[in-house]
Amino acid sequence: MDEYALIMRHEDGMKVASPEQIQTWMKQTMDWIGSIAAQNKFVSGTGLPFADARVVKSNKTVTNGPFGDIKETIGGFIIVKAVSIDEAVEFAKGCPILMGEGNTMEVRRIAKDDGIH
Amino acid sequence: MQQELLPHLFRTESGKITAVLCKLLSVVHIEIAEDITSETFLLALETWPYKGVPENPVAWLYTVAKNKAKNHVHRARIFSEKIASQVKGSVSGYIEMDIDLSDKNITDSQLQMLFTLCHPSVPEEAQVGLSLRILCGFGIEEIANAFVTNKETINKRLFRAKEKLRLEKVAIEFPAETEIDKRLDAVLTTLYLLFNEGYYSESHDAVLREDLCVEAIRLSHLLIENPYTNRPAVNALLALMYFHASRFPARKNNAGEIILYADQNEALWNYEFITKGAYYLHQASQGNVLSAYHLEAGIAYWHTIKTDTKEKWESILQLYNKLLQVQYSPIAALNRTYALSKANGKQEAIREAKKLCLTDNPYYYTLLGELYTGIDTEEARLNLEEALTLARTQADRQIIMKKLGELNMQVQ
Repeated sequence: MDEYALIMRHEDGMKVASPEQIQTWMKQTMDWIGSIAAQNKFVSGTGLPFADARVVKSNKTVTNGPFGDIKETIGGFIIVKAVSIDEAVEFAKGCPILMGEGNTMEVRRIAKDDGIH
Repeated sequence: MQQELLPHLFRTESGKITAVLCKLLSVVHIEIAEDITSETFLLALETWPYKGVPENPVAWLYTVAKNKAKNHVHRARIFSEKIASQVKGSVSGYIEMDIDLSDKNITDSQLQMLFTLCHPSVPEEAQVGLSLRILCGFGIEEIANAFVTNKETINKRLFRAKEKLRLEKVAIEFPAETEIDKRLDAVLTTLYLLFNEGYYSESHDAVLREDLCVEAIRLSHLLIENPYTNRPAVNALLALMYFHASRFPARKNNAGEIILYADQNEALWNYEFITKGAYYLHQASQGNVLSAYHLEAGIAYWHTIKTDTKEKWESILQLYNKLLQVQYSPIAALNRTYALSKANGKQEAIREAKKLCLTDNPYYYTLLGELYTGIDTEEARLNLEEALTLARTQADRQIIMKKLGELNMQVQ
Protein backbone atom coordinates (compact mmCIF):
# COMPACT_ATOMS: atom_id res chain seq x y z
CA MET A 1 0.00 0.00 0.00
CA ASP A 2 1.38 3.42 -0.99
CA GLU A 3 0.86 6.81 0.56
CA TYR A 4 -0.61 9.64 -1.47
CA ALA A 5 -0.90 13.37 -0.84
CA LEU A 6 -4.29 14.84 -1.68
CA ILE A 7 -3.61 18.53 -2.24
CA MET A 8 -6.48 21.00 -2.10
CA ARG A 9 -6.03 23.76 -4.67
CA HIS A 10 -8.26 26.77 -4.52
CA GLU A 11 -8.82 28.64 -7.71
CA ASP A 12 -9.04 31.94 -5.87
CA GLY A 13 -7.71 32.05 -2.33
CA MET A 14 -8.87 35.65 -1.90
CA LYS A 15 -12.53 34.76 -2.21
CA VAL A 16 -14.42 35.76 0.90
CA ALA A 17 -17.09 33.43 2.22
CA SER A 18 -19.72 34.05 4.87
CA PRO A 19 -19.09 32.64 8.37
CA GLU A 20 -22.11 30.38 7.83
CA GLN A 21 -20.61 29.06 4.60
CA ILE A 22 -17.23 28.55 6.25
CA GLN A 23 -18.84 26.56 9.05
CA THR A 24 -20.58 24.30 6.54
CA TRP A 25 -17.31 23.70 4.68
CA MET A 26 -15.56 22.95 7.92
CA LYS A 27 -18.06 20.26 8.89
CA GLN A 28 -17.94 18.78 5.40
CA THR A 29 -14.15 18.67 5.50
CA MET A 30 -14.14 17.03 8.94
CA ASP A 31 -16.69 14.44 7.81
CA TRP A 32 -14.63 13.78 4.66
CA ILE A 33 -11.47 13.18 6.69
CA GLY A 34 -13.46 11.14 9.23
CA SER A 35 -14.73 8.93 6.42
CA ILE A 36 -11.18 8.19 5.24
CA ALA A 37 -10.02 7.63 8.83
CA ALA A 38 -12.95 5.22 9.39
CA GLN A 39 -11.54 3.12 6.55
CA ASN A 40 -8.17 3.12 8.32
CA LYS A 41 -6.63 4.96 5.37
CA PHE A 42 -5.83 8.31 6.98
CA VAL A 43 -2.16 9.09 7.69
CA SER A 44 -1.91 12.80 8.47
CA GLY A 45 -2.96 16.16 7.21
CA THR A 46 -3.08 19.85 7.83
CA GLY A 47 -4.75 23.00 6.66
CA LEU A 48 -2.59 25.86 5.41
CA PRO A 49 -4.11 29.18 6.55
CA PHE A 50 -3.90 32.00 4.02
CA ALA A 51 -3.33 34.64 6.68
CA ASP A 52 0.33 35.70 7.10
CA ALA A 53 1.44 33.63 4.11
CA ARG A 54 4.66 34.70 2.38
CA VAL A 55 6.31 33.88 -0.90
CA VAL A 56 10.09 33.96 -1.24
CA LYS A 57 11.25 34.46 -4.82
CA SER A 58 14.51 33.39 -6.47
CA ASN A 59 16.01 36.83 -5.98
CA LYS A 60 15.15 36.50 -2.28
CA THR A 61 12.43 39.14 -2.40
CA VAL A 62 9.57 38.34 -0.08
CA THR A 63 5.96 39.05 -0.95
CA ASN A 64 2.82 38.79 1.07
CA GLY A 65 0.85 35.63 0.42
CA PRO A 66 0.76 33.46 -2.62
CA PHE A 67 -1.52 35.97 -4.32
CA GLY A 68 -0.61 38.59 -6.86
CA ASP A 69 0.54 37.20 -10.16
CA ILE A 70 -1.50 34.10 -9.56
CA LYS A 71 -4.72 33.72 -7.61
CA GLU A 72 -4.54 29.97 -7.24
CA THR A 73 -3.30 28.69 -3.93
CA ILE A 74 -2.97 25.55 -1.85
CA GLY A 75 -5.43 25.39 1.04
CA GLY A 76 -4.13 22.25 2.70
CA PHE A 77 -3.36 18.61 2.14
CA ILE A 78 -3.94 15.23 3.66
CA ILE A 79 -1.91 12.08 3.27
CA VAL A 80 -3.77 8.81 2.81
CA LYS A 81 -2.96 5.15 2.35
CA ALA A 82 -4.27 3.61 -0.87
CA VAL A 83 -3.72 0.39 -2.82
CA SER A 84 -3.65 2.31 -6.11
CA ILE A 85 -3.75 5.79 -7.56
CA ASP A 86 -7.39 5.06 -8.48
CA GLU A 87 -8.34 4.49 -4.85
CA ALA A 88 -6.55 7.72 -3.88
CA VAL A 89 -8.48 9.54 -6.62
CA GLU A 90 -11.75 8.16 -5.19
CA PHE A 91 -10.83 9.67 -1.81
CA ALA A 92 -10.02 12.99 -3.50
CA LYS A 93 -13.42 13.04 -5.22
CA GLY A 94 -15.09 13.28 -1.82
CA CYS A 95 -13.30 16.49 -0.83
CA PRO A 96 -15.81 19.31 -0.32
CA ILE A 97 -13.60 21.96 -1.93
CA LEU A 98 -14.59 20.43 -5.29
CA MET A 99 -18.04 21.96 -4.78
CA GLY A 100 -16.37 25.32 -5.44
CA GLU A 101 -16.12 25.96 -9.15
CA GLY A 102 -12.56 26.04 -10.47
CA ASN A 103 -11.09 24.35 -7.39
CA THR A 104 -9.06 21.21 -7.98
CA MET A 105 -7.57 18.29 -6.09
CA GLU A 106 -4.09 17.17 -6.96
CA VAL A 107 -3.23 13.55 -6.14
CA ARG A 108 0.46 12.71 -5.78
CA ARG A 109 2.17 9.56 -4.63
CA ILE A 110 4.60 10.10 -1.73
CA ALA A 111 8.16 9.11 -2.59
CA LYS A 112 9.47 6.17 -0.59
CA ASP A 113 12.89 6.24 0.92
CA ASP A 114 13.72 2.91 -0.71
CA GLY A 115 16.43 3.99 -3.13
CA ILE A 116 14.15 3.49 -6.13
CA HIS A 117 11.70 6.36 -5.91
CA MET B 1 -19.05 -12.23 60.35
CA GLN B 2 -15.54 -13.45 59.53
CA GLN B 3 -16.84 -15.22 56.47
CA GLU B 4 -17.76 -11.88 54.95
CA LEU B 5 -14.99 -9.77 56.39
CA LEU B 6 -12.09 -11.82 55.12
CA PRO B 7 -12.61 -11.78 51.34
CA HIS B 8 -13.27 -8.05 51.47
CA LEU B 9 -10.08 -7.47 53.45
CA PHE B 10 -8.07 -9.70 51.16
CA ARG B 11 -9.11 -7.68 48.13
CA THR B 12 -8.35 -4.31 49.64
CA GLU B 13 -5.24 -5.15 51.62
CA SER B 14 -3.41 -7.93 49.80
CA GLY B 15 -2.39 -5.73 46.89
CA LYS B 16 -0.98 -3.18 49.30
CA ILE B 17 0.93 -5.75 51.35
CA THR B 18 2.34 -7.49 48.26
CA ALA B 19 3.42 -4.15 46.77
CA VAL B 20 5.25 -3.10 49.94
CA LEU B 21 6.95 -6.50 50.26
CA CYS B 22 7.91 -6.60 46.59
CA LYS B 23 9.46 -3.18 46.86
CA LEU B 24 11.39 -4.38 49.90
CA LEU B 25 12.56 -7.69 48.45
CA SER B 26 12.90 -6.54 44.79
CA VAL B 27 11.03 -7.86 41.81
CA VAL B 28 13.26 -10.96 41.71
CA HIS B 29 11.36 -12.23 44.75
CA ILE B 30 7.89 -11.31 43.53
CA GLU B 31 6.63 -14.83 44.25
CA ILE B 32 8.00 -14.81 47.79
CA ALA B 33 6.12 -11.56 48.40
CA GLU B 34 2.96 -13.18 47.07
CA ASP B 35 3.53 -16.24 49.23
CA ILE B 36 4.04 -14.18 52.39
CA THR B 37 0.81 -12.32 51.65
CA SER B 38 -1.12 -15.58 51.13
CA GLU B 39 0.36 -17.09 54.29
CA THR B 40 -0.71 -14.01 56.21
CA PHE B 41 -4.32 -14.34 55.10
CA LEU B 42 -4.24 -18.07 55.64
CA LEU B 43 -3.14 -17.50 59.24
CA ALA B 44 -6.01 -15.06 59.67
CA LEU B 45 -8.42 -17.67 58.34
CA GLU B 46 -7.00 -20.27 60.73
CA THR B 47 -7.03 -18.13 63.85
CA TRP B 48 -9.72 -15.45 63.65
CA PRO B 49 -12.72 -17.81 63.58
CA TYR B 50 -11.54 -19.31 66.89
CA LYS B 51 -9.92 -16.39 68.66
CA GLY B 52 -12.14 -13.71 67.29
CA VAL B 53 -11.40 -10.95 64.82
CA PRO B 54 -8.70 -8.64 66.19
CA GLU B 55 -9.70 -5.13 67.13
CA ASN B 56 -7.75 -3.68 64.24
CA PRO B 57 -7.69 -6.40 61.54
CA VAL B 58 -5.63 -4.33 59.10
CA ALA B 59 -2.92 -3.64 61.69
CA TRP B 60 -2.90 -7.35 62.57
CA LEU B 61 -2.37 -8.31 58.94
CA TYR B 62 0.47 -5.83 58.52
CA THR B 63 2.19 -7.00 61.71
CA VAL B 64 2.00 -10.64 60.65
CA ALA B 65 3.18 -9.89 57.13
CA LYS B 66 6.01 -7.79 58.52
CA ASN B 67 7.18 -10.56 60.86
CA LYS B 68 6.94 -13.19 58.15
CA ALA B 69 9.00 -10.98 55.83
CA LYS B 70 11.61 -10.44 58.54
CA ASN B 71 11.82 -14.18 59.21
CA HIS B 72 12.21 -14.87 55.55
CA VAL B 73 15.00 -12.34 55.11
CA HIS B 74 16.68 -13.63 58.29
CA ARG B 75 16.56 -17.24 57.12
CA ALA B 76 17.76 -16.31 53.66
CA ARG B 77 20.63 -14.38 55.17
CA ILE B 78 21.73 -17.19 57.50
CA PHE B 79 21.63 -19.58 54.57
CA SER B 80 23.61 -17.37 52.23
CA GLU B 81 26.07 -16.48 54.99
CA LYS B 82 26.73 -20.11 55.82
CA ILE B 83 27.21 -20.95 52.19
CA ALA B 84 29.19 -17.79 51.66
CA SER B 85 31.47 -18.44 54.66
CA GLN B 86 32.24 -21.91 53.38
CA VAL B 87 32.95 -20.64 49.93
CA LYS B 88 34.69 -17.38 50.64
CA GLY B 89 35.29 -17.54 54.36
CA SER B 90 33.68 -14.16 54.94
CA VAL B 91 30.71 -13.30 57.15
CA SER B 92 28.75 -10.12 56.64
CA GLY B 93 27.21 -8.38 59.63
CA TYR B 94 23.59 -8.68 60.67
CA ILE B 95 21.54 -5.66 59.64
CA GLU B 96 18.15 -4.98 61.23
CA MET B 97 15.54 -4.75 58.50
CA ASP B 98 13.00 -1.98 58.68
CA ILE B 99 9.64 -2.24 56.96
CA ASP B 100 8.02 1.09 56.26
CA LEU B 101 4.25 0.75 56.62
CA SER B 102 3.35 4.42 56.42
CA ASP B 103 0.41 5.37 54.20
CA LYS B 104 2.80 7.16 51.91
CA ASN B 105 5.03 4.14 51.40
CA ILE B 106 2.03 1.87 50.88
CA THR B 107 0.61 4.19 48.20
CA ASP B 108 3.99 4.80 46.57
CA SER B 109 4.76 1.08 46.54
CA GLN B 110 1.49 0.31 44.78
CA LEU B 111 2.12 3.01 42.17
CA GLN B 112 5.71 1.94 41.58
CA MET B 113 4.56 -1.66 41.34
CA LEU B 114 2.00 -0.59 38.75
CA PHE B 115 4.78 0.89 36.62
CA THR B 116 6.85 -2.27 37.07
CA LEU B 117 4.02 -4.60 36.04
CA CYS B 118 3.37 -2.39 33.00
CA HIS B 119 7.01 -2.57 31.92
CA PRO B 120 7.44 -2.70 28.11
CA SER B 121 9.00 -6.18 28.40
CA VAL B 122 5.68 -7.65 29.57
CA PRO B 123 2.94 -8.34 26.95
CA GLU B 124 -0.19 -6.20 27.42
CA GLU B 125 -2.48 -9.13 28.13
CA ALA B 126 -0.17 -10.31 30.89
CA GLN B 127 0.07 -6.78 32.33
CA VAL B 128 -3.67 -6.75 32.98
CA GLY B 129 -3.56 -10.22 34.56
CA LEU B 130 -0.53 -9.39 36.71
CA SER B 131 -2.10 -6.15 37.93
CA LEU B 132 -5.27 -8.02 38.88
CA ARG B 133 -3.29 -10.70 40.71
CA ILE B 134 -0.72 -8.59 42.48
CA LEU B 135 -2.28 -5.16 42.92
CA CYS B 136 -5.96 -6.05 43.16
CA GLY B 137 -5.73 -9.37 45.02
CA PHE B 138 -7.72 -11.38 42.48
CA GLY B 139 -7.47 -15.15 42.53
CA ILE B 140 -6.28 -17.07 39.47
CA GLU B 141 -9.76 -18.53 39.08
CA GLU B 142 -11.36 -15.08 39.13
CA ILE B 143 -8.91 -13.81 36.51
CA ALA B 144 -9.55 -16.85 34.34
CA ASN B 145 -13.29 -16.27 34.74
CA ALA B 146 -12.96 -12.62 33.75
CA PHE B 147 -10.91 -13.46 30.65
CA VAL B 148 -13.25 -16.38 29.87
CA THR B 149 -10.38 -18.85 29.81
CA ASN B 150 -9.02 -21.56 32.12
CA LYS B 151 -6.72 -21.40 35.13
CA GLU B 152 -3.80 -23.11 33.36
CA THR B 153 -3.71 -20.44 30.65
CA ILE B 154 -3.68 -17.64 33.21
CA ASN B 155 -1.09 -19.41 35.36
CA LYS B 156 1.23 -19.86 32.38
CA ARG B 157 0.73 -16.28 31.25
CA LEU B 158 1.51 -14.85 34.69
CA PHE B 159 4.45 -17.18 35.24
CA ARG B 160 6.08 -16.11 31.97
CA ALA B 161 5.47 -12.45 32.76
CA LYS B 162 7.08 -12.75 36.19
CA GLU B 163 10.01 -14.62 34.66
CA LYS B 164 10.43 -11.73 32.26
CA LEU B 165 10.43 -9.16 35.08
CA ARG B 166 13.05 -11.24 36.92
CA LEU B 167 15.29 -11.57 33.86
CA GLU B 168 15.03 -7.89 33.01
CA LYS B 169 15.61 -7.03 36.70
CA VAL B 170 12.98 -4.32 36.44
CA ALA B 171 13.38 -1.98 39.39
CA ILE B 172 10.34 -1.08 41.49
CA GLU B 173 10.55 2.69 41.27
CA PHE B 174 9.02 5.69 39.55
CA PRO B 175 10.28 6.08 35.99
CA ALA B 176 12.61 9.02 35.33
CA GLU B 177 11.01 12.36 34.46
CA THR B 178 12.15 11.97 30.85
CA GLU B 179 10.47 8.58 30.54
CA ILE B 180 7.32 9.21 32.52
CA ASP B 181 5.00 10.01 29.62
CA LYS B 182 5.94 6.91 27.67
CA ARG B 183 5.75 4.63 30.70
CA LEU B 184 2.52 6.25 31.82
CA ASP B 185 1.06 5.47 28.38
CA ALA B 186 1.60 1.76 29.03
CA VAL B 187 0.05 2.04 32.51
CA LEU B 188 -3.00 3.84 31.12
CA THR B 189 -3.42 1.22 28.40
CA THR B 190 -3.44 -1.48 31.08
CA LEU B 191 -6.00 0.38 33.20
CA TYR B 192 -8.11 0.99 30.10
CA LEU B 193 -7.99 -2.72 29.21
CA LEU B 194 -8.71 -3.65 32.83
CA PHE B 195 -11.81 -1.44 32.81
CA ASN B 196 -12.96 -2.74 29.41
CA GLU B 197 -12.42 -6.30 30.56
CA GLY B 198 -14.97 -5.59 33.26
CA TYR B 199 -17.30 -3.48 31.15
CA TYR B 200 -17.49 -5.70 28.07
CA SER B 201 -16.47 -9.07 29.52
CA GLU B 202 -18.44 -12.06 28.37
CA SER B 203 -18.11 -13.54 31.81
CA HIS B 204 -21.43 -14.33 33.46
CA ASP B 205 -20.30 -13.16 36.85
CA ALA B 206 -21.78 -9.65 37.07
CA VAL B 207 -20.26 -8.87 40.47
CA LEU B 208 -16.81 -9.86 39.29
CA ARG B 209 -17.15 -7.67 36.21
CA GLU B 210 -18.07 -4.62 38.25
CA ASP B 211 -15.15 -5.35 40.59
CA LEU B 212 -12.74 -5.09 37.65
CA CYS B 213 -14.13 -1.65 36.80
CA VAL B 214 -13.94 -0.55 40.44
CA GLU B 215 -10.29 -1.65 40.59
CA ALA B 216 -9.45 0.22 37.38
CA ILE B 217 -11.02 3.33 38.90
CA ARG B 218 -9.17 2.84 42.20
CA LEU B 219 -5.78 2.51 40.49
CA SER B 220 -6.49 5.57 38.32
CA HIS B 221 -7.23 7.52 41.50
CA LEU B 222 -3.82 6.47 42.86
CA LEU B 223 -2.19 8.02 39.79
CA ILE B 224 -4.18 11.23 40.17
CA GLU B 225 -3.41 11.61 43.88
CA ASN B 226 0.31 11.66 43.13
CA PRO B 227 1.43 15.03 41.63
CA TYR B 228 4.10 13.22 39.63
CA THR B 229 1.57 11.12 37.72
CA ASN B 230 -1.43 13.45 37.80
CA ARG B 231 -1.41 14.18 34.05
CA PRO B 232 -4.29 15.32 31.83
CA ALA B 233 -4.54 11.94 30.08
CA VAL B 234 -5.02 10.17 33.45
CA ASN B 235 -7.88 12.53 34.31
CA ALA B 236 -9.41 11.96 30.87
CA LEU B 237 -9.23 8.20 31.35
CA LEU B 238 -10.82 8.41 34.80
CA ALA B 239 -13.59 10.65 33.40
CA LEU B 240 -14.20 8.05 30.70
CA MET B 241 -14.46 5.29 33.30
CA TYR B 242 -16.93 7.22 35.48
CA PHE B 243 -19.16 8.09 32.50
CA HIS B 244 -19.30 4.45 31.43
CA ALA B 245 -19.68 3.09 34.95
CA SER B 246 -22.64 5.44 35.50
CA ARG B 247 -24.68 3.20 33.23
CA PHE B 248 -23.89 -0.05 35.06
CA PRO B 249 -27.25 -0.33 36.84
CA ALA B 250 -29.18 0.27 33.61
CA ARG B 251 -27.26 -2.00 31.24
CA LYS B 252 -28.82 -5.30 32.18
CA ASN B 253 -32.35 -6.47 32.90
CA ASN B 254 -33.26 -8.90 35.67
CA ALA B 255 -32.56 -11.85 33.39
CA GLY B 256 -29.01 -10.59 32.84
CA GLU B 257 -29.63 -9.62 29.22
CA ILE B 258 -27.95 -6.51 27.87
CA ILE B 259 -30.22 -3.50 27.43
CA LEU B 260 -29.10 -1.31 24.54
CA TYR B 261 -28.34 2.33 25.20
CA ALA B 262 -31.44 3.58 23.38
CA ASP B 263 -33.70 1.39 25.53
CA GLN B 264 -32.09 2.13 28.90
CA ASN B 265 -34.01 3.73 31.74
CA GLU B 266 -31.92 6.79 32.52
CA ALA B 267 -33.47 7.03 35.99
CA LEU B 268 -31.19 4.08 36.80
CA TRP B 269 -28.04 5.90 35.73
CA ASN B 270 -25.66 6.85 38.52
CA TYR B 271 -25.65 10.66 38.51
CA GLU B 272 -22.96 10.86 41.17
CA PHE B 273 -20.62 9.08 38.76
CA ILE B 274 -21.66 11.37 35.91
CA THR B 275 -20.81 14.41 38.05
CA LYS B 276 -17.44 12.88 38.93
CA GLY B 277 -16.78 12.17 35.26
CA ALA B 278 -17.54 15.80 34.40
CA TYR B 279 -15.18 16.94 37.16
CA TYR B 280 -12.26 14.85 35.91
CA LEU B 281 -12.95 15.75 32.28
CA HIS B 282 -12.68 19.38 33.32
CA GLN B 283 -9.39 18.61 35.11
CA ALA B 284 -8.19 16.85 31.96
CA SER B 285 -8.72 19.95 29.84
CA GLN B 286 -5.77 21.71 31.48
CA GLY B 287 -2.61 21.76 29.39
CA ASN B 288 -2.49 21.22 25.66
CA VAL B 289 -2.52 17.44 25.43
CA LEU B 290 -5.41 15.89 23.55
CA SER B 291 -5.21 12.14 24.01
CA ALA B 292 -7.52 9.48 22.63
CA TYR B 293 -8.87 9.25 26.20
CA HIS B 294 -9.97 12.90 25.99
CA LEU B 295 -11.90 12.15 22.81
CA GLU B 296 -13.42 8.97 24.19
CA ALA B 297 -14.37 10.74 27.41
CA GLY B 298 -16.01 13.47 25.33
CA ILE B 299 -18.02 10.86 23.46
CA ALA B 300 -18.98 9.16 26.73
CA TYR B 301 -20.00 12.54 28.16
CA TRP B 302 -22.48 13.14 25.32
CA HIS B 303 -23.92 9.69 25.93
CA THR B 304 -24.84 10.71 29.47
CA ILE B 305 -27.37 13.11 27.92
CA LYS B 306 -30.24 10.90 26.88
CA THR B 307 -32.26 13.39 24.83
CA ASP B 308 -31.39 13.23 21.13
CA THR B 309 -30.47 16.65 19.81
CA LYS B 310 -28.75 17.72 16.62
CA GLU B 311 -25.94 19.15 18.73
CA LYS B 312 -25.44 15.86 20.57
CA TRP B 313 -24.98 13.67 17.51
CA GLU B 314 -23.01 16.28 15.59
CA SER B 315 -20.60 16.55 18.56
CA ILE B 316 -20.30 12.76 18.83
CA LEU B 317 -19.66 12.50 15.08
CA GLN B 318 -16.88 15.10 15.17
CA LEU B 319 -15.27 13.45 18.21
CA TYR B 320 -15.27 10.11 16.37
CA ASN B 321 -13.84 11.83 13.27
CA LYS B 322 -10.94 13.03 15.41
CA LEU B 323 -10.57 9.80 17.38
CA LEU B 324 -10.22 7.76 14.19
CA GLN B 325 -7.46 10.05 12.99
CA VAL B 326 -5.55 9.51 16.23
CA GLN B 327 -6.36 5.83 16.75
CA TYR B 328 -8.28 3.63 14.32
CA SER B 329 -10.33 0.72 15.59
CA PRO B 330 -13.13 -1.17 13.86
CA ILE B 331 -15.57 -0.47 16.70
CA ALA B 332 -14.85 3.28 16.52
CA ALA B 333 -15.38 3.18 12.74
CA LEU B 334 -18.76 1.46 13.23
CA ASN B 335 -19.82 3.84 16.01
CA ARG B 336 -18.77 6.80 13.88
CA THR B 337 -21.03 5.56 11.11
CA TYR B 338 -23.95 5.23 13.54
CA ALA B 339 -23.36 8.82 14.70
CA LEU B 340 -23.21 9.84 11.03
CA SER B 341 -26.67 8.37 10.46
CA LYS B 342 -28.01 10.40 13.38
CA ALA B 343 -26.28 13.63 12.26
CA ASN B 344 -26.39 13.41 8.45
CA GLY B 345 -29.08 10.84 7.72
CA LYS B 346 -29.28 7.11 7.03
CA GLN B 347 -28.66 7.25 3.27
CA GLU B 348 -25.23 8.83 3.69
CA ALA B 349 -24.45 6.45 6.57
CA ILE B 350 -25.29 3.41 4.41
CA ARG B 351 -22.93 4.63 1.68
CA GLU B 352 -20.18 5.19 4.26
CA ALA B 353 -20.82 1.89 6.05
CA LYS B 354 -20.22 -0.03 2.84
CA LYS B 355 -16.75 1.51 2.54
CA LEU B 356 -15.68 0.10 5.92
CA CYS B 357 -15.12 -3.43 4.56
CA LEU B 358 -15.48 -5.06 7.98
CA THR B 359 -17.12 -8.13 6.50
CA ASP B 360 -15.90 -10.52 9.21
CA ASN B 361 -17.30 -8.37 12.00
CA PRO B 362 -20.80 -9.22 13.28
CA TYR B 363 -21.33 -5.61 14.44
CA TYR B 364 -20.79 -4.42 10.85
CA TYR B 365 -23.89 -6.35 9.79
CA THR B 366 -25.83 -5.35 12.91
CA LEU B 367 -25.13 -1.71 12.00
CA LEU B 368 -26.22 -2.22 8.38
CA GLY B 369 -29.35 -3.98 9.63
CA GLU B 370 -30.08 -1.02 11.86
CA LEU B 371 -29.43 1.50 9.05
CA TYR B 372 -31.67 -0.34 6.56
CA THR B 373 -34.50 -0.66 9.09
CA GLY B 374 -37.31 1.60 7.89
CA ILE B 375 -35.67 2.00 4.48
CA ASP B 376 -35.38 -1.51 3.01
CA THR B 377 -36.77 -4.25 5.25
CA GLU B 378 -35.43 -7.10 3.11
CA GLU B 379 -31.88 -5.68 3.19
CA ALA B 380 -32.24 -5.11 6.94
CA ARG B 381 -33.25 -8.74 7.45
CA LEU B 382 -30.42 -10.14 5.29
CA ASN B 383 -27.84 -8.12 7.18
CA LEU B 384 -29.19 -9.09 10.60
CA GLU B 385 -29.22 -12.76 9.58
CA GLU B 386 -25.58 -12.44 8.49
CA ALA B 387 -24.82 -10.82 11.85
CA LEU B 388 -26.49 -13.74 13.61
CA THR B 389 -24.25 -16.30 11.91
CA LEU B 390 -21.13 -14.30 12.84
CA ALA B 391 -22.16 -13.36 16.40
CA ARG B 392 -19.69 -14.66 18.99
CA THR B 393 -21.62 -14.34 22.23
CA GLN B 394 -25.03 -15.37 23.49
CA ALA B 395 -25.74 -11.77 24.55
CA ASP B 396 -25.12 -10.53 20.98
CA ARG B 397 -27.29 -13.27 19.51
CA GLN B 398 -30.13 -12.28 21.84
CA ILE B 399 -29.95 -8.66 20.71
CA ILE B 400 -29.93 -9.59 17.01
CA MET B 401 -32.84 -12.03 17.45
CA LYS B 402 -34.80 -9.28 19.15
CA LYS B 403 -34.15 -6.90 16.25
CA LEU B 404 -35.14 -9.57 13.72
CA GLY B 405 -38.34 -10.12 15.69
CA GLU B 406 -39.14 -6.42 15.61
CA LEU B 407 -38.52 -6.39 11.86
CA ASN B 408 -41.06 -9.17 11.35
CA MET B 409 -43.60 -7.28 13.46
CA GLN B 410 -43.22 -4.28 11.17
CA VAL B 411 -43.89 -6.38 8.07
CA GLN B 412 -47.09 -7.86 9.45
